[in-house]
Amino acid sequence: MAKYLLLKHYRGGPAPAVDWAPMDQWTPDEVDAHVQFMRDFAARLEETGEFVDTQALAPDGAFVRYDGEGRPPVTDGPFVETKDLIAGWYIIDVESWDRAVQLAGELSAAPGPGGKPIYEWLEVRPFLADSPTVTD
Amino acid sequence: MIAVIVRRGADFAAAEDAVQDSLVEAVRVWPDDPPRDPKGWLVTVAWRKFLDAARADISRRQREVRIEGEPMSGPGEAVDDTLRLYFLCAHPSLTPASAVALTLRAVGGLTTRQIARAYLVPEATMAQRISRAKRTVSGVRFDQPGYVATVLRVLYLVFNEGYSGDVDLAAEAIRLTRQLAARINHEEVAGLLALMLLHHARRPARTRTDGSLVPLTEQDRGLWDSRLIAEGVDLLQAALARDRLGEFQAQAAIAALHADARTAEETDWVQIVEWYDELVRLTDSPVARLNRAVAVGEADGPRAGLAALAGLDPALPRHTAVTAYLHERDGDPVTAARLYAEAARSAPSLPERDHLTRQAARLNAQLRS
Repeated sequence: MAKYLLLKHYRGGPAPAVDWAPMDQWTPDEVDAHVQFMRDFAARLEETGEFVDTQALAPDGAFVRYDGEGRPPVTDGPFVETKDLIAGWYIIDVESWDRAVQLAGELSAAPGPGGKPIYEWLEVRPFLADSPTVTD
Repeated sequence: MIAVIVRRGADFAAAEDAVQDSLVEAVRVWPDDPPRDPKGWLVTVAWRKFLDAARADISRRQREVRIEGEPMSGPGEAVDDTLRLYFLCAHPSLTPASAVALTLRAVGGLTTRQIARAYLVPEATMAQRISRAKRTVSGVRFDQPGYVATVLRVLYLVFNEGYSGDVDLAAEAIRLTRQLAARINHEEVAGLLALMLLHHARRPARTRTDGSLVPLTEQDRGLWDSRLIAEGVDLLQAALARDRLGEFQAQAAIAALHADARTAEETDWVQIVEWYDELVRLTDSPVARLNRAVAVGEADGPRAGLAALAGLDPALPRHTAVTAYLHERDGDPVTAARLYAEAARSAPSLPERDHLTRQAARLNAQLRS
């Protein structure tokens, strides 16, 4: 088994397949269907024994960096207008890369306006594992 | 460092505390005034901290001897061990998070693992938080019951964390507050217990089966636990009769007025505003002012509610959501929809964000049709 991060980029990532409107422009039923899909996805992963964690992030944060001895850190942002904001993630523990890609594909098909898939870009990244006990 | 202080005559734990304190002092002072000899500076400050602590310890012991030498003024004055533990775990020297963890561990008897799961942190992190908290209060020997307010704040924090995972923190907070109320006769303890019971009573109606939030006005009041409400109201009335109002009694009074209304329309908003006035007078809290504005909006109309928001910091949590609601009530769905979407952006929890997004979506759909 190997762990993968499925990073939700909201409306960011490579060129969008569908340029869907922000959620507050959907109908209430479409919002409900989307929220329900997310909940069901996590439940399904728990059932298959592949769920590790999911978290949602608030959109507004800031970039922060060190600014030299004795000085307070420098901050930049929040960047309110950007489309590429990391909205959250799933961490899954699965048999293979192929399985991770398959699950990401399913998550990307979350319903949007008109109940149609939003084709959201998900970034799939393998976790670096601990080194094995037997190495030769 | 610790060895130097021990060599000078301190015991190990005291030396460790003194060194900790000197490091804290260094963090505070060094950025503006860095010493030429950092180690020498630390040793000097740590030794001074040790002497201060030792002196305070001696005078505290003398005070205790004096107090013990005095005759007890009545049966209510005795502080039992459990009560002492409440005070110790909520000691003002602890951060709120540490006080909460220590209270659940030492008074509540939860395992470190359970507490860690309840607060979604690794068990090792919680173990460390608890052991640091224990160390912080290990030197404290006696506390007057004057710290009741801090104990109540800790219990309130536990209650508000709700129930995520396998530990029901709200139920645990009620259990601990009941136990406290049985040991100490204090109107604010009764007030807090009443507040918890009245809110807990609404819990079955607060969320739908899919986890989404149901606003107070839309809740099925038949689902409210009438037994808990009756108990909360009795406790509150007895507390109020003592005529020593405090913030928890005032909050419980507001919850009781909601509980008293069979439908949302029957809510006595005028009285609720009066209790918010008391709460603002007692606490001067911006959150109380914000909630007061909602009540004013119901009692005197949305314009009055919006006027009551004047002077409050718009960055206050839920300020935008409240403003959106009042604009919707005022018949301005365009402004309300924009503000609901903005409020969703800064919502502190996922259920709230989903709820606010849905509110924006509802108004936008109305505007399109």
